[in-house]
Amino acid sequence: MGAAVAFEGVVALLDRFPALAGADLSVQAGEMVCLRGPNGAGKSTLLRACAGLVPVRGERAEVLGFDLKAQRRSVRPHVGLLGHRSPLYGDLRVDDQLRHCADVHRAGVPEVSAAIERFALGGRLGEVAIRRLSEGQQRRVALACLTIARPRLWLLDEPHAGLDTVSRDALDELLADAVEAGATVMFATHETDRSRVAAARQVMLAGGRVEPTAPVSQTNGPTDVA
Amino acid sequence: MIETPEPDLREQAQRAGSLSMTGSVATRVLGVVAIAAVGVMALLALWISPADAVQGDAVRLMYVHVPSIWVAYGGFVLTAFASARVLWRTRSGVGGTYGVIADRQARRWDRVAGAAAELGVLFTALTLVTGSLWGKVTWGTYWQWDARLTTTVLLFVTYLGYLALRRLPAESRARARRSAVMALIAVVNLPIVHYSVDWWRTLHQEASLNLEPGGDRNITGEMYWTLLYSWATFTVVALWIGIHRYRVLRLEELAEEASLEELLAQRRDEQAAGR
Amino acid sequence: MWREIWLVCRKDMIIEWRARVTLVQIVPTVLLVLVVFAFALDANPSLLGAGAGGLFWVAVLFGAVLGAKRSFDIEAEGGNLDALRLGGLVPAAILWGKAAALALQLVLVGVFAAAGLLVLYSVTVHDWLLIVVAGLCGMAAFAICGTLYGAMTVGLRSADTLLPLLLIPVAAPVLLAGTRAFDVALGTSADQGWSWTALLAVVLVTYVAVGWAAAGPLLEDA
Repeated sequence: MGAAVAFEGVVALLDRFPALAGADLSVQAGEMVCLRGPNGAGKSTLLRACAGLVPVRGERAEVLGFDLKAQRRSVRPHVGLLGHRSPLYGDLRVDDQLRHCADVHRAGVPEVSAAIERFALGGRLGEVAIRRLSEGQQRRVALACLTIARPRLWLLDEPHAGLDTVSRDALDELLADAVEAGATVMFATHETDRSRVAAARQVMLAGGRVEPTAPVSQTNGPTDVA
Repeated sequence: MIETPEPDLREQAQRAGSLSMTGSVATRVLGVVAIAAVGVMALLALWISPADAVQGDAVRLMYVHVPSIWVAYGGFVLTAFASARVLWRTRSGVGGTYGVIADRQARRWDRVAGAAAELGVLFTALTLVTGSLWGKVTWGTYWQWDARLTTTVLLFVTYLGYLALRRLPAESRARARRSAVMALIAVVNLPIVHYSVDWWRTLHQEASLNLEPGGDRNITGEMYWTLLYSWATFTVVALWIGIHRYRVLRLEELAEEASLEELLAQRRDEQAAGR
Repeated sequence: MWREIWLVCRKDMIIEWRARVTLVQIVPTVLLVLVVFAFALDANPSLLGAGAGGLFWVAVLFGAVLGAKRSFDIEAEGGNLDALRLGGLVPAAILWGKAAALALQLVLVGVFAAAGLLVLYSVTVHDWLLIVVAGLCGMAAFAICGTLYGAMTVGLRSADTLLPLLLIPVAAPVLLAGTRAFDVALGTSADQGWSWTALLAVVLVTYVAVGWAAAGPLLEDA
């Protein structure tokens, strides 16, 4: 399988601030990558750039074979992004939101029921307005929407934050399943629990660039998590 | 962190310094011509041309009023044309060398649109002020809900909004595209505004105002030549200001580009500091 | 395409059904404007009757500005517009879906404002058909304009204060033509009401054309 992400010297400006200052990153299809780094290192922007939502320049910027410099828009339908904030309509009920996601992504009833079951959103919870849910519950709804979308590249910004233990396990399982099904996963996290992220290749970001590290093979070996 | 700036940075700073003037030989000549022309125009309009038989000396306002609306309309037409070029240049995502060229051209047209709209707003304001002064003298009131005045004030407010939209901080390409769309909407809307206001006033006014500033009365002789001359003078003055505004906008972009290198270096230092 | 327009429109309508912002906030605001005009004109029945058509359209224009703002507030919240883009929806579908939903809500506002006119200003309607046709054309034109400018300012700082400045001058012809048509329908003017309604229709067609052209450049990137 080819490269899911091929970045060379990518610069991304956010209102003149170079959030990415020449990032080099290569991710193989079917890989799981964990982005780490201090606050403001450029993790979120890297994820948004991969989703084709941020204009980029640089030598090479390709995601799933699409050239982001030329056709940023074409990559979008193949990508699922969960940002800092959950992209949900606060006034909708959970079942309205899930139905909307399913319709946009042309998913059928089985996919929706599977997502509801995975994140325990059935029963009474389905009739609650999203605005009334707790942060963690909203996160679960957003993850369910992502599951319904079945993207080829999953981009998640601190997906573990705010989730309870059961949901974290469900999330880890979901990501493992996605990789198994051939999708690529990239997530940014401050998670310190090594067992949760051990399966992923660690990539360090600082100052809008990727730290040069010795090439780590995909053998889940111990890597620097600190 | 105290460090001597890298040579290329210093070079850029010097280049930016040498670019801090918006004048060139051509524009200086143009400027002298413009100022001289305004002087001659004052002479012609205030002393040499005769007073009007009906309006008296008030008619001299015409030599400012009529050319300014001409320049204003010219500015808005140019804004629309440049905006269409911006959209045309960025109509699809294009990469590679062609993309870079298209991007550069889009930026150039975006600056043209901005400078022309500023001129348009400035001279529309001048039109409105001279028009209402003239109105006070001839009609006895500053404002008449006359079709042309009403259309002009709506035009003024529309392009004021356009300039406000341009000022909001945003990614430059997105801003260029957004303001281009707004400029085109404004132009498409213009005939509708004009037609509806025109119809509104003609249906509701018992007697139409024949004393309209710069109306269809036949102007002959010295007055005619003075008007023609002021028209040419205003065009030269507008060109002069417009070129300078274009260059200021370009300098702003260059300064942004120059500071980008510095920002990138700073950003990379964060990485070194963090390690 | 039609499916996508329907998706976006239905989503906005469900949001309105659940939150009832238009019904509970915008409609009362518009009615309040009608009441305040009565203060300004010293509750003079003849003045209010003569200006009823115009006051209706001014009140509805305020409602349209609020509605356009609200329509894009829900998209800016939490990055929902990005989610729509990632869903692969065509920009035109997003624009027309939102415009259709806004138009439906403005019709609701218009019905209440018209009722307010009948009750508060005690006007008599001479031509209901003219009211309905001119009203629908005007609401649709306001909705398209509002959606275009809402999309133009979505996510920008100080968009709230900029939107009225951009929207009101562009909507001026609709205001003018709607007012004239209503004056005729309410019997306060012997103008050509249907000609003004035809002008409204022309405006509407023009905005539809502009919307088709502008959707791409406005919504595909941000």
